[in-house]
Amino acid sequence: MGQFFEDPLDRVDGRLKVTGAARYFAEYDLPDMTFAVMATSAITRGKILTIDTKSAERAPGVLDVLTYLNMPSIPGWQSDPSKPAPQAALGGERYRVLGSDQILFNGQPIALVVADSLERAQYAASLIKATYQKASFETDLEKNKDKGQTVRGPRGADYNRGDANAYKTAAVQLEQEYTIPIETHNPMELHGIIASWKGNDSITVYAKTQGVKSTQQSLMNAFKLDQKNVQVFSEFVGGGFGMALRTWPQEILVAAAAKKIGRPVKLVMSRDQMFTMVGYRPFSIQQIKLGSTKEGQLTGLVHEALSQTSSYEDFAEGTVNMSKFMYACDNVATKYRIVPLDIGVPIWMRGPGEATGAFALETAMDEMAYKLNMDPIALRLKNYTETDPERNRPYSSKYVKEAYQLGAEKIGWFKRNPAPRSMKDGEWLVGYGMSSGVFNASRGEANCRAVVKDDGTLLLQSAASDIGPGTGTAMVQIAHEVLGYPVDKISFELGNSTFPPAPSQGGSTTTSTVGSAVHIACSSLKNKIVNLLLEKGGSDYAGKTAADFTFSDGNVRAGNVSVSIASLLKQQNLPALEVTENSKAGPDQQKYSMYSFSIHFAEVRVHPKTGVVRVKRVVTVADSGKIISPKTAASQMIGGVTGGIGMALMEESVIDHRYGRFINNNFADYHVPVSADIPHIDTIFIDKPDPVINPMGAKGMGEIALIGFAAAVGNAVYHATGKRIRELPITPDKLIE
Amino acid sequence: MKEKNPGTEENKGSSRRTFFKQSSAIAALALTPVSIVKASEKGLDEKIASAFEKMPLRVEINSKAYSLEVEPRVTLLDLLREQLHLTGTKKGCDHGQCGACTVHVDGRRVNSCLTLAVTTEGKKVITIEGLAKGEELHPVQQAFIQFDGFQCGYCTPGQIMSAVCCIREGHANDPDQVREFMSGNICRCGAYSNIVDAVMHAKKGGQQI
Repeated sequence: MGQFFEDPLDRVDGRLKVTGAARYFAEYDLPDMTFAVMATSAITRGKILTIDTKSAERAPGVLDVLTYLNMPSIPGWQSDPSKPAPQAALGGERYRVLGSDQILFNGQPIALVVADSLERAQYAASLIKATYQKASFETDLEKNKDKGQTVRGPRGADYNRGDANAYKTAAVQLEQEYTIPIETHNPMELHGIIASWKGNDSITVYAKTQGVKSTQQSLMNAFKLDQKNVQVFSEFVGGGFGMALRTWPQEILVAAAAKKIGRPVKLVMSRDQMFTMVGYRPFSIQQIKLGSTKEGQLTGLVHEALSQTSSYEDFAEGTVNMSKFMYACDNVATKYRIVPLDIGVPIWMRGPGEATGAFALETAMDEMAYKLNMDPIALRLKNYTETDPERNRPYSSKYVKEAYQLGAEKIGWFKRNPAPRSMKDGEWLVGYGMSSGVFNASRGEANCRAVVKDDGTLLLQSAASDIGPGTGTAMVQIAHEVLGYPVDKISFELGNSTFPPAPSQGGSTTTSTVGSAVHIACSSLKNKIVNLLLEKGGSDYAGKTAADFTFSDGNVRAGNVSVSIASLLKQQNLPALEVTENSKAGPDQQKYSMYSFSIHFAEVRVHPKTGVVRVKRVVTVADSGKIISPKTAASQMIGGVTGGIGMALMEESVIDHRYGRFINNNFADYHVPVSADIPHIDTIFIDKPDPVINPMGAKGMGEIALIGFAAAVGNAVYHATGKRIRELPITPDKLIE
Repeated sequence: MKEKNPGTEENKGSSRRTFFKQSSAIAALALTPVSIVKASEKGLDEKIASAFEKMPLRVEINSKAYSLEVEPRVTLLDLLREQLHLTGTKKGCDHGQCGACTVHVDGRRVNSCLTLAVTTEGKKVITIEGLAKGEELHPVQQAFIQFDGFQCGYCTPGQIMSAVCCIREGHANDPDQVREFMSGNICRCGAYSNIVDAVMHAKKGGQQI
């Protein structure tokens, strides 16, 4: 093995992406393709009284119009749609698309038009007319704070360590509330699906999904199909950020329509529908209560979070997790509650709940540092812990002290004047802020097929996904390191449900989980090759043992004898050698707490007259174990920072609560960062392998890139202006004087 | 262009053309949308709709001449993606707000989702598929790979088409200028800082852009 993961590799699918040859779900052309467009509810809660589809049905090219009146029954949906939706906190999905006349949220589909061209489907959908009986509704979390419900199950339980009231008697106390609005994932690729049936019991879909196996399972469940009769393809995914972690009801609807009309149906949702039907980061209100000694030792920490879910389904996430283990503190209490509202159900959005929680905790830590007249890094070091105080066990690896140091040096942290509103650049106020992020690192179960062929290539297959981080690139790197094949001779295929199973891409687990399967499969191939040589290689290999063999450049060497694997296969009349291996975590992992950490620094300019905030410089440091693919890993980090800048300064999905409708459901009004908003971003990797998590020593990185970053910006704004903004996003109106 | 799915009998290209030529009385009807609507309601809809919905379009796309019949409501983006299967050009918003659909029309960068296909009559359209010279990538494409100016890749064709014009327009003289003149192209993965590096590299590389 050569230098371990030292060579930055260009993205293996880069050429396909820069030439337009990469095919995303909507770009598969099937014979007899038809086009679907959804008409959606104009009210927020109530029922459909009449729905007139006649004009749509008679419009040119229309093949079918589905409403709740003629929706085919879905065998896997056994619940009685005439029954009212259950109360929240009971769990389980009860919303059935076109399942009844009931309207549960604004923008809910009320009809699906299928036509022979996109334009004809769009026009016909505009002809659908419905009348409704309106019912009262609630879409405003701030007006329904008293309706919080406990989430069922251990993950929803309140957490207590020591005395929850300890902060009340501390020498220095802080109690603050932090609010984060609804944010919408808005990947650039619109959501949708292509569904095509063969007969009544076999379906192929091209999906926008973060997990082909998960989509396959959803279709199997809905239509009661055998696994072998459900094929899901999703080779390229135009971003997900969490919204493609489940199969949404409208995907099942399209599959049902395709079955009914006997032709392939393609749905590509519109951008405004991306706000209502495919989840979002839920609105949240958080309280942090901190108590500290005058020297900065935390003596009490309470973190309470209120978040929203839908009326028909629970959604819960790890908003309060970080407070349980990030800092040494004997007295910690957390509570998490959800309020059912008449909006579609949320879903994890990058960094998920942990990013929501980190904004609150890491802003509060900054506030406490200023109260104590301490440096924010010094406060964090004072409460640093080498063991996980939640589970009372060591971290598998933690290089956070080093990360503070590297980041602080790079941005010039200690050269700043720490006093608020003390630094200027012309008429702009200058501020520095820092924060931390942390996310669970784990290794799940995955499978990988690996084939060396007599043409000198290595093929790897796993039903993994790549929504953008560069999964294929990392997997090729791992295979290259283990089996010594040149990277251009290795291909990694994913996004196909017929490949060996792998989990969905989410929670920063793919490199660890699928990477381990690749590692094991390549190691297993190595053994096969060694055994082949020992058994059939002749006298050159007499007396050798497995330890005598080394692999590089597609060759295997023992002592002075080197042979290319391709020619070995030819000599042995073997077209290929193949293995399929399963990989999962060992019991050792239960002895450690495994986390990836990020330490963020931001330098901002704030214009005192206009309230404009510009992020001028960013340094972000990741302790995510060994870096497998330096180039794509750096991209993950700058992407997370960019998302964090959006969260801090501009992202907010606004509902007009009089009507329950999103009013900024487009890219002109829902602001995401554009190039002019993003400075140069320095990424630093600790790049030390975690000794426990997996054979590569790689922890995860996608989530920590974003987690905490919004707090770094907010803290920098405070340093610049002396104003603490606890309600995201930090828009100019909140800063203007 | 032929109907891709000649499923309904009345809807075939040849009969439509014949119908159109022979029927000057009905052609006059085209000027009276209300009449069309009424005719449509009386069940003549499919024939009449087909006759009046399509217009001839001659356009050069990626140096290839096309002679098409398209409905006036068809956008250049949907023509490229759904009819010509040039799917490198992406739909991100359909409202001219994200830049994913950026193509060149007579050398200018435009949002193809806001461009009705029929307005490109006689024009030259270049899409991402027409940027490389055979196997040889355009310098901007090469720079995007080198600087990892993308992640999921969905906004990438639009970014690259925009970047090529940004350089040609003389708007790539420094990173801040690139940031400003590339701000019509959203990248949700957040590859901007690498994109700026890639554009500056391509500009400084001295190759013909």
